[in-house]
Amino acid sequence: MTTMVMEREAPTLTATPWELVYQRPAALTDLPTHYCPGCSHGAIHRMVAEVIDELGIRERTIGVAPVGCAVFAYKYFNLDSCEAAHGRAPAMATGLKRVRPDRIVFTYQGDGDLASIGGNEILHAALRGEQITVIFVNNAVYGMTGGQMAPTTIAGMKTTSSPMGRDVLTQGYPIHIPELLAPMPGVAYAVRRSMHAVAEMRKVKKAIRMAFQAQLQGVGFSIVEILGACPTNWHVSPTDALDYIRDRMLPEYPVGDFKVDARLRD
Amino acid sequence: MARELWKGNEALAEAAIRAGVDAFFGYPITPQTELLEYMARRMPELGRTFLQAESEIGAINMVYGAACAGARAMTSSSSPGISLMQEGLSYIAGSEVPCVLVDIMRGGPGLGNIQPGQADYFQLTRSAGHGDFHPLVLAPATVQEAVDLMTISFDLAFQYRTIVIIAGDGALGQMMEPVTLPPMRPPRQERPAWALTGVDGRQPNIITSLYLDADELEQVNLRLQAKLARIAAAEQRWECYLTDDADFLVVAFGTVARIARTAVRTARAAGIRAGLFRPISLWPFPAPALDQLAARVKGVVVAEMNAGQMVEDVRLIVRGRAPVRFLGRTGGVIPLPDEIASELTHMARIDAHANGDRG
Ligand SMILES: Cc1ncc(C[n+]2csc(CCOP(=O)(O)OP(=O)(O)O)c2C)c(N)n1
Repeated sequence: MTTMVMEREAPTLTATPWELVYQRPAALTDLPTHYCPGCSHGAIHRMVAEVIDELGIRERTIGVAPVGCAVFAYKYFNLDSCEAAHGRAPAMATGLKRVRPDRIVFTYQGDGDLASIGGNEILHAALRGEQITVIFVNNAVYGMTGGQMAPTTIAGMKTTSSPMGRDVLTQGYPIHIPELLAPMPGVAYAVRRSMHAVAEMRKVKKAIRMAFQAQLQGVGFSIVEILGACPTNWHVSPTDALDYIRDRMLPEYPVGDFKVDARLRD
Repeated sequence: MARELWKGNEALAEAAIRAGVDAFFGYPITPQTELLEYMARRMPELGRTFLQAESEIGAINMVYGAACAGARAMTSSSSPGISLMQEGLSYIAGSEVPCVLVDIMRGGPGLGNIQPGQADYFQLTRSAGHGDFHPLVLAPATVQEAVDLMTISFDLAFQYRTIVIIAGDGALGQMMEPVTLPPMRPPRQERPAWALTGVDGRQPNIITSLYLDADELEQVNLRLQAKLARIAAAEQRWECYLTDDADFLVVAFGTVARIARTAVRTARAAGIRAGLFRPISLWPFPAPALDQLAARVKGVVVAEMNAGQMVEDVRLIVRGRAPVRFLGRTGGVIPLPDEIASELTHMARIDAHANGDRG
């Protein structure tokens, strides 16, 4: 990482000048994001960008943005990128990667995008063992359209389209994507992480790094599901949203490694 | 170059390969499947990309992705599959990346059947997806013409950054005819400046069809429309057969146009001065050329393998200057030359009657 030495004198007892140790990753633009307070998308964007910087792959990485709250991810990532139709990012990424196998291609998708309308695309990209990386943010709702039920909505959870709470008998059961994809031979890395605490966030970043590493090593398809907060549509404060993840989402969606290819090196 | 006997679908595939296609993504559907199967064999041999997608939705979005990377990308399908591709086509049009698509049309609606049809005319020329756009639609009538149009399709697609559709039907896809294939052109090495290749040494390239601001999206649309107007002006293609002295005109495209040629000869043998106007580009429709003929003919017969689609364009162009009769067969039924010829005879008789000749 490059460090910048500031001209100003540090107001501390030491004579060492201030050192800038925290700055915007090169893989992020300086555009302020449109995300709500407490939303996890911004922090996850940053972690993805940091990993891209650390791996030194910014110049050859291509991002595929979803339809969902992260639709403008292409404005925030300082990368070549494109905007897929709702749920089709894995197919688009397949097309990109197949004609440019020397490039690093990743999709960034929400749970409605990936697990509902794009169920077929993600399933078959994983089945084929596409050498792509999928960053999958599960906030249990359709955020962008105003908090409707998603396939990931937990039983009993109230949303604008399950106002009495999700009734699994009539509205179906929550879907567990990494568990579903992990047994597929083409999948090299399938894990779930959570954004509900700082220690957990460190593990999120590490998993994102491993997922890109899988693609760099060419060992197969990689996906990280990240439990993220949506205070706006959950109608709770940003801090309560983190507790909501811990207390309500984690029991349904345990963090864990469902597949880690033995060839993967950190 | 030697003339060889080729099946339509396979000739289209080989022509695409010789035109330098980098990547093919597709999904099986009759009567188009031989194209996909041919690609499955040949593309890997040449070190190019072939992938059987999980669906036509997958296929068109893979084409979208590969096209974003600057590759010559294509897919092929038949009517029900084209319906599934509409979403992707709209995004591709909105983000202005080039691609080529082949539609070997079959009978509809619904699952219909696997016989030849032309009922995708509206879908391809008018409503290939939501929003305002038209693909460039080329309708060959012979296997040789299918090869020739495929040969220029990628250049057209890249020149205008637009979708080019080769619209054939089950008869063309399945028939064998002698063709001369063009020489092999290597796949593209250079990538267009707009392509997604990684930001190495430049600002990011972004490919999107999303513009939340109304004024901005209107500007995008105005630019798209200006481009379509350029295509409409420059890319009209048609063929005239015995139209110079024609009193009566048949307008038909693709397979039906071949049948209409025979009908025109039959009518001429019976003393009726008939001619054939065959649109090759369905969009842009060759309106000025037909307009000139419409100004001096006594009647027009439009024959299609659908319930009456292109006839709407023809009526708009003829504007009541001559009667327009429609002959349509659907469900995969191919009209016979005599059916078209008898439409011409009928028209000629009515015309003679109106002019006082009761002989
Ligand atoms: C074909 C199609 N159907 C529906 C929509 C409307 N839509 C936009 S975003 C969205 C849901 C996105 O939810 P999710 O993927 O969970 O992402 P989030 O917004 O929660 O980050 C929907 C249904 C659309 N844009 N396109």
